[in-house]
Amino acid sequence: MRRTKAVSTKAATTALPFAAALKDAALAALVAFGLFFFMIGLYTDQGPTGALVVTTRFESLTILVGVVFVGSFARALLFGREPIRFGSKLPAWIGGRAATIGRFAGPALLGFALLVPVLFYDNRYLLDLGILVLTYVMLGWGLNIVVGLAGLLDLGYVAFYAVGAYSYALLATHFGLSFWICLPLAGILAAFWGVMLGFPVLRLRGDYLAIVTLAFGEIIRLVLLNWQSFTGGPNGISSIPRPSFFGLPFIDGEGGFAETLGLEFSPTHRVVFLFYVILALALLTNWVTLRLRRLPVGRAWEAMREDEIACRSLGINTTNTKLTAFAMGAMFGGVAGAFFATRQGFISPESFAFGESALVLAIVVLGGMGSQLGVAVAALAMLGGFELFREFEQYRMLVFGFAMVAIMIWRPRGLVSTREPSLHLADRKGPAKEPA
Amino acid sequence: MEYFFQQLINGVTLGSIYGLIAIGYTMVYGIIGMINFAHGDVFMVGGFIALICFLALMAMGLTAIPLALFIVLLVAMGLTALYGWTVERFAYRPLRGSFRLAPLISAIGMSIILQNYVQIAQGARVKSLPPLIEGGHTLFESETFSVQLSNVQIVVVLTTLVLMVAFSLVVAKTRLGRDMRACEQDLKMASLLGVDIDRTISLTFVIGAALASVAGIMYLLYYGVVDFFIGFVAGVKAFTAAVLGGIGSLPGAMLGGLLIGLIETMWSAYFSIEYKDVAAFSILIVVLIFLPTGILGRPEVEKV
Repeated sequence: MRRTKAVSTKAATTALPFAAALKDAALAALVAFGLFFFMIGLYTDQGPTGALVVTTRFESLTILVGVVFVGSFARALLFGREPIRFGSKLPAWIGGRAATIGRFAGPALLGFALLVPVLFYDNRYLLDLGILVLTYVMLGWGLNIVVGLAGLLDLGYVAFYAVGAYSYALLATHFGLSFWICLPLAGILAAFWGVMLGFPVLRLRGDYLAIVTLAFGEIIRLVLLNWQSFTGGPNGISSIPRPSFFGLPFIDGEGGFAETLGLEFSPTHRVVFLFYVILALALLTNWVTLRLRRLPVGRAWEAMREDEIACRSLGINTTNTKLTAFAMGAMFGGVAGAFFATRQGFISPESFAFGESALVLAIVVLGGMGSQLGVAVAALAMLGGFELFREFEQYRMLVFGFAMVAIMIWRPRGLVSTREPSLHLADRKGPAKEPA
Repeated sequence: MEYFFQQLINGVTLGSIYGLIAIGYTMVYGIIGMINFAHGDVFMVGGFIALICFLALMAMGLTAIPLALFIVLLVAMGLTALYGWTVERFAYRPLRGSFRLAPLISAIGMSIILQNYVQIAQGARVKSLPPLIEGGHTLFESETFSVQLSNVQIVVVLTTLVLMVAFSLVVAKTRLGRDMRACEQDLKMASLLGVDIDRTISLTFVIGAALASVAGIMYLLYYGVVDFFIGFVAGVKAFTAAVLGGIGSLPGAMLGGLLIGLIETMWSAYFSIEYKDVAAFSILIVVLIFLPTGILGRPEVEKV
């Protein structure tokens, strides 16, 4: 039995016979039944006495098992037992034009982003959504330096976001410093924390590093949550000052932005201003990253991502290289955090849980680690997509999870991975090399 | 002094639970060198299955607690093992030979899936169960404090001990254990010598998940509550335990579990309960920096 299977693997890329497919599907349905029987088929809820009671949900169970059966039956008939491979190549009709699309997509998106406040001036909801998306684009680009360029998996990126947000909130509420002074300070403080964390741990291997950054992120959150006298604990910090337009506050009346410029006061002014601020910050992140990639340090990052041992053999100080990547990523995270604090006017440790780190990481992974355009598109698709399907909010993280697994299996370089290597040695002949 | 003994008992109980979870991390890491980030959530799924199974048995009129517990143990181990198998089959196996961080990212995705799946299927509220095993013994008393050893604690520690011994025997004596040790030493060589590595890796996940589900049942019995988020923190702490004991080493996992359980309990008892997770996470960082091979681990050789 086993032998025939081994011999026929090559030939069996196509369909299985009907009976075998049926057997596979029945097995899959059995497994699904085992998985879902207690979790979906039965439901525990608070009964009238307060104790838990079990109710049945066998319809949902039947539907799910049925879906698994039909799905695996179709799969077995169409593809056999071979894993389905979509390949890392784009479909032919895009493939030939990928370069052209890539060249125009960036400027087109940028142009669109610049025009959003003009086009949707009356739509407060869309402007807020735009600000949210751009915040995540900036976070994604910041994390992209660490994960995409330097190849260091950082699961605690939100810690730096939190450091930036709390730096601004505390500096502004206690010392009355303005947003524009605090913005670079928040970045520097976050970068400082990045170095502090990075210095001892960056000697660790990739996956140890990931867990340590996760632990670090949780420590920061727990300290913010429990250090009541300093951070306000779970109540957070409220009434954080809003930014002003070069000294002109967005208020109705004497000395306000609207009055000075002779406009009629409208709360939208501030939203539009915030939109352009975050757009500028995000573009700054992008610009710095693109420039850094052409500097020796950026080259070292990418070389280190590909092969750390080779890098060290060539005399690159990997600790310093890692530290710069960590500090850079942390700095942009901190700046984004300061922006987040001023936009919300209120922050609490709840906003900086591990889920946030996972979300930013999912954006980077989906966008194709290292691709600037990919990250922007992924952030837009994810946050915009989930805004469209608001009524399915509870399924949102579930879909993220599935997306992360599926991307790793089918397109490990990301959905829109048109990123070219920064440096060409020679034209590579033959098909594109699979990521190693 | 009495107070210290009481904390010692509590710490050992908690440590047994961490140790059982840590075995799953350490075995998987030993064989395929990946951190199974979803393992903590498999533990949580085990706890949930046990809870639901127990309630279902109660609803069916089975009131003999020992028999019910035994059935729950079997069902939860079996079904959680099925979860472990499925996770490996769909999220990790296709990634063998992919780039370095791919399995870890996939595992994070799987962890998010399991958490949200349970949250959607069973709700986000904390589920509590009345205490099943009651009673206990007073070991010794002073005027101010009496040291209690509850029956639940005895059950937890004994079950853990029995499983540890049984599992060590499996690894030391059986064909499967030999395959696992071979895979741990050299995956490629083992496969050349006729070890079915896919099967061995699958079974490693299955056993790890079964042990995690026992930990889930113990957690349910000991604390009486489960919710969809317990897997995250317990998972990170159990991973810390595995690293502290020396990742890849079975006695190490148990020892690490006990140490983490004791440290956490002592920290809560003598310093501050709010910062107990901070203490556990800091230990992870400190251990990885100063003792990356753990207490019983072998130094890792970097191969080109």
